Amino acid sequence: MTLLEAKDLCKRYASGGRQVAALDGVSLTLAAGETLGLAGASGSGKSTLARVLTRLVPPDGGAVRFEGEDWLALSGEGLRRRRARMQMVFQDVLGAFNPRATVGAVIGDPLRIHAVVPKADRAREVAALLDRVGLPASYAARSIRDLSGGQRQRVAIARAIAPRPALVVLDEAVSALDVSLRERMLELLVALQRERGIAYLFVSHDLAVLSAVSHRLAIMEAGRIVETGPAAQVIGDPRSPAGQALVRAVPVLKRPD
Amino acid sequence: MTALCEIRQLRVTYRGQPAPALDGIDLDIRAGERLAIIGESGSGKSTFARALADLLPGGASVAGELRWAAGHAPRAGRDIGFVFQDPAASLNPVLTIGEQVAEGARRHLGLSRKEGRLRALEMLERVRLPDPEKTLDAFPHQLSGGQRQRVAIAAALAAKPGLLIADEPTSALDMVVQAEIVALLGDLVRDGGMTLVFITHDIALASGFADRVAIFRDGTLVEAGPTGRVLAAPRAAYTAALIASHRDLATPPLIGEAGR
Repeated sequence: MTLLEAKDLCKRYASGGRQVAALDGVSLTLAAGETLGLAGASGSGKSTLARVLTRLVPPDGGAVRFEGEDWLALSGEGLRRRRARMQMVFQDVLGAFNPRATVGAVIGDPLRIHAVVPKADRAREVAALLDRVGLPASYAARSIRDLSGGQRQRVAIARAIAPRPALVVLDEAVSALDVSLRERMLELLVALQRERGIAYLFVSHDLAVLSAVSHRLAIMEAGRIVETGPAAQVIGDPRSPAGQALVRAVPVLKRPD
Repeated sequence: MTALCEIRQLRVTYRGQPAPALDGIDLDIRAGERLAIIGESGSGKSTFARALADLLPGGASVAGELRWAAGHAPRAGRDIGFVFQDPAASLNPVLTIGEQVAEGARRHLGLSRKEGRLRALEMLERVRLPDPEKTLDAFPHQLSGGQRQRVAIAAALAAKPGLLIADEPTSALDMVVQAEIVALLGDLVRDGGMTLVFITHDIALASGFADRVAIFRDGTLVEAGPTGRVLAAPRAAYTAALIASHRDLATPPLIGEAGR
């Protein structure tokens, strides 16, 4: 079942008096419960695409259907309500929060805004979400600033899944984490997808990360999707120069023979 | 290989911190080698790089010895070049690329303004920047992140130091650019007969070019040795775990049969 369909998305930025196309006619589809890995180098437009789809920046052209609705036509109260269905996790999304905000407030906010559970059940739901992402319920009382980077990303994931979204857009969501933490975070995301049927649009410059979690891969370059296909096929036999460069760039552990 | 620097019982404690950031470090840096210092966050690897280059912040207390073969501590810029993770932090936004790359060479090699500019041009060519002539008169904000890091490398090497310390020089860059920068550093160090100390969290990246690796964790040195030996037969359980947690394109996906 098609969850999201983007057609011909365009976004131009002015740069040094010139118009630069960050998105130059991008089309993609995402099925419910599926992970689409979106790979590209810096400046390829992948983060712009994530921001356009999550309605953080408006596109200059194109259309998006999400759960059967004209997603770009939504505004005001309608958009606010429907945002519960499409959440996002960025590299350090909680870094933008008031550092004194408590974990409980950060996770409780979407529960309150979207009236996910009755008010009386909110604290219990926060505790359940913390437990699900591997943090003790007592963390609800802690400040964001007292968390490590890995704990912050777990809280960001708990916040994202709190309003029971159909799609979570992850933009370099594990890139700042140490390798051992990163692996555990990827396992958590995969487990959550299995349990809740969440679809992910997973944006990264790291093909090794994407290959761990993606059903399909799309390669972006200069504002366009230049290659797309099943993950194993794109990794095993990349057709585009950009895809080949990304495959070559993954460091391989050189064990002596 | 002779030791360029013998580090003995190095301990660094930052002001106001109860525990040292680095403690009991014994390690030799050998002349002409490519040494990778590998560790996760909080391992002390960046503190080690800064202690070596005498770049620790004021108030940090240092105990132990750094015995330099030259008999004196190396002079920053002249004997040691340093490349930081974020090239924006090491480049001055209001000076042209040419001025910044020439600066160290002029100061340490006593070059005239004109000679400095020529040296800067030569360095920009060596770090394979496109259109080096034009880049001389550009400002940092006009370049991409990868190009800025090339400029930072050119500036660090302009005065021909014998030792280059690179502290996570590719962590802020995408992987395609990372691969190019690592290859560039390897070539420059080999061609120049320099010693390279490369700080990284990525054991696979290090395995591609380092002669020796030193694994740091929680401010201590876990093990050090030739890259091949450490990867084939790690002596510490932590090193083995670090190797096991590496993921590349040959690692089975977490989503099982899906996508196949």
